[in-house]
Amino acid sequence: MNWLLVVAGGMIGAPLRYLTDRAVQARHDSVFPWGTFTVNVTGCLVLGLLTGAAVASPLRLLLGTGLCGALTTYSTFSYETFRLAETGARTQAAVNAAASVVAGLGAAFAGVALARAVWG
Amino acid sequence: MTSPDSTPLRTAPAPAPQRPAWRAQAPVVGVVALGGGLGATARYAASLWWPAAPAGFPWTTFWVNVAGCAVIGVFLVAVTEVRPAHPLVRPFFGTGVLGGFTTFSTYAVEAQRLIEAGRLTTAFAYLAATLLAALTAVWLAAGAARRLLKVRQR
Repeated sequence: MNWLLVVAGGMIGAPLRYLTDRAVQARHDSVFPWGTFTVNVTGCLVLGLLTGAAVASPLRLLLGTGLCGALTTYSTFSYETFRLAETGARTQAAVNAAASVVAGLGAAFAGVALARAVWG
Repeated sequence: MTSPDSTPLRTAPAPAPQRPAWRAQAPVVGVVALGGGLGATARYAASLWWPAAPAGFPWTTFWVNVAGCAVIGVFLVAVTEVRPAHPLVRPFFGTGVLGGFTTFSTYAVEAQRLIEAGRLTTAFAYLAATLLAALTAVWLAAGAARRLLKVRQR
């Protein structure tokens, strides 16, 4: 049962990331990977909310491990950062790396605080 | 697929049949979902097999993310620079499996928990070490793949 929840969450999170990335990337002309940045920060906020609300295990596996885990990505983030650096956009690569970590951590904190304020 | 009616009612030349965007996207979204389910399951399995100590360095997520970055380095060089693959291979394996396997949200929330527990050194070591190891893994893996795969291709 636990496995099915993770599979189901992953099967929603990954296409949601793909479609969000496409939608965001179609709306700007810069080389900055705003699509991955958007899904990563959003996923950190949602997982922060789930953590702050201390949701029970089934929901945590479905939405946390499955959905948020698959919505966010470290591999695409790293690859895009690497490609920016490799193609000469070194500043953008550094900004992407630093901003993703800072914004992701900030979103996690914001999610936890918000959930505690509402449900705590 | 066969056309439902072969006799057009209007004589004006019909525009070239164009698949709606969502129909062209459906197989891609499908394989991304399939891959995402597999990748998330593999990450969950790793967390059960190697449970990280509650207030310690989150080694399991660390290695999951670093391993995923090494694999994507090899994989994307192989499919974009060495030999073009079937159009569904990259969405399935790169976006789906590896994207579902690696995670940014767990990474951030684990760091948040460590900071909240007062383990600042562990938290910032984890944040920095994952970032450095992940970028190094992509760089080394892509470099190795370029040398090995392109040499073998000749």
